[in-house]
Amino acid sequence: MIADFKLYEEIKKSGINLILSLPCILLKGILNLIDEKKEIQHIPITREEEGIGIAAGAYLGGKTPAILMQNSGLGNSVNAIKSLLQLYKIPVIFIMSHRGAEGEKISAQIPMGQLTPDLLDLLNIPKFIIDSMETIKEVTVAINLSKKSNKSVAILLKRTLWSNVT
Amino acid sequence: MKRYDAIKKIVESLNDELIVCNLGAPSRELYNIQDREENFYMLGSMGLVSSISFGLAISKPNKKVICIDGDGSLLMNLGSLSSGDQKTYTSHKTNLDVIAKGAGFESIIVIKEIENIVPNLKNLRVGCYFVLIKVDPGNAQVENVPLQPEELKERFMKVISKG
Repeated sequence: MIADFKLYEEIKKSGINLILSLPCILLKGILNLIDEKKEIQHIPITREEEGIGIAAGAYLGGKTPAILMQNSGLGNSVNAIKSLLQLYKIPVIFIMSHRGAEGEKISAQIPMGQLTPDLLDLLNIPKFIIDSMETIKEVTVAINLSKKSNKSVAILLKRTLWSNVT
Repeated sequence: MKRYDAIKKIVESLNDELIVCNLGAPSRELYNIQDREENFYMLGSMGLVSSISFGLAISKPNKKVICIDGDGSLLMNLGSLSSGDQKTYTSHKTNLDVIAKGAGFESIIVIKEIENIVPNLKNLRVGCYFVLIKVDPGNAQVENVPLQPEELKERFMKVISKG
């Protein structure tokens, strides 16, 4: 809960003003906060690619969008990342719960969980790991890099962010 | 009515609307009919033109945004049905206007005659409209869009930031 508050404040401070989201059990707290506070426009979506499309359009219109999603959706996103975001150099912030890693109980999450860091490297997307209260400030570092380089960045939220404080 | 002729009519109805155009033949046709700074041509990521248009519209609420989508790419973003330029799902049983109604569109316009395109588009007021223009299959023989992706993005963002 404390981690969600801190993460929310960091996202808001960084200038993100549009969030596209898919649900994940780990993201439940932060998504609830976004809805309660009503300070950042929030649009729930049905598929990651759709979110990338909306984010790209919103960026063209002057917004700073982020997608909150599970890392499992990164596989669905590959073509849109390459042939939309990177082709036009449109930066989008991916904030992903890193499922299928340490402490995962659902077997189907594990293959994408293991692949995620390598896939991000292969896609040439810089990744930032948030695994504790102290590392939450990486959100701002990641977003500043994205703004400066016109590149998408990925922020991986590890399960320990929540399990270590609650 | 061919799609090329339909796009020509859409262009005739324009003032300063932003257009996001589906990749491939529709973008080539639009470019060759009339290139404008307010046109954004999709070069890849089939299926996403409706999402990009939506993102653009919510970030520029005072601007009219026209999304030129295709039947196949629209279905691709609804689910995973796909079609090429041959026999499509929409030439048989799928009614996109009924799907749009089910998805919550309150204003749906179906155009079958070419002379109805301009008056219908000019009549659109503030809101979200689903306009289905029934055209015959086939692409016009026109050249590719010669603009580079980044050039296109910068041109488009520049004209948007003006108004």
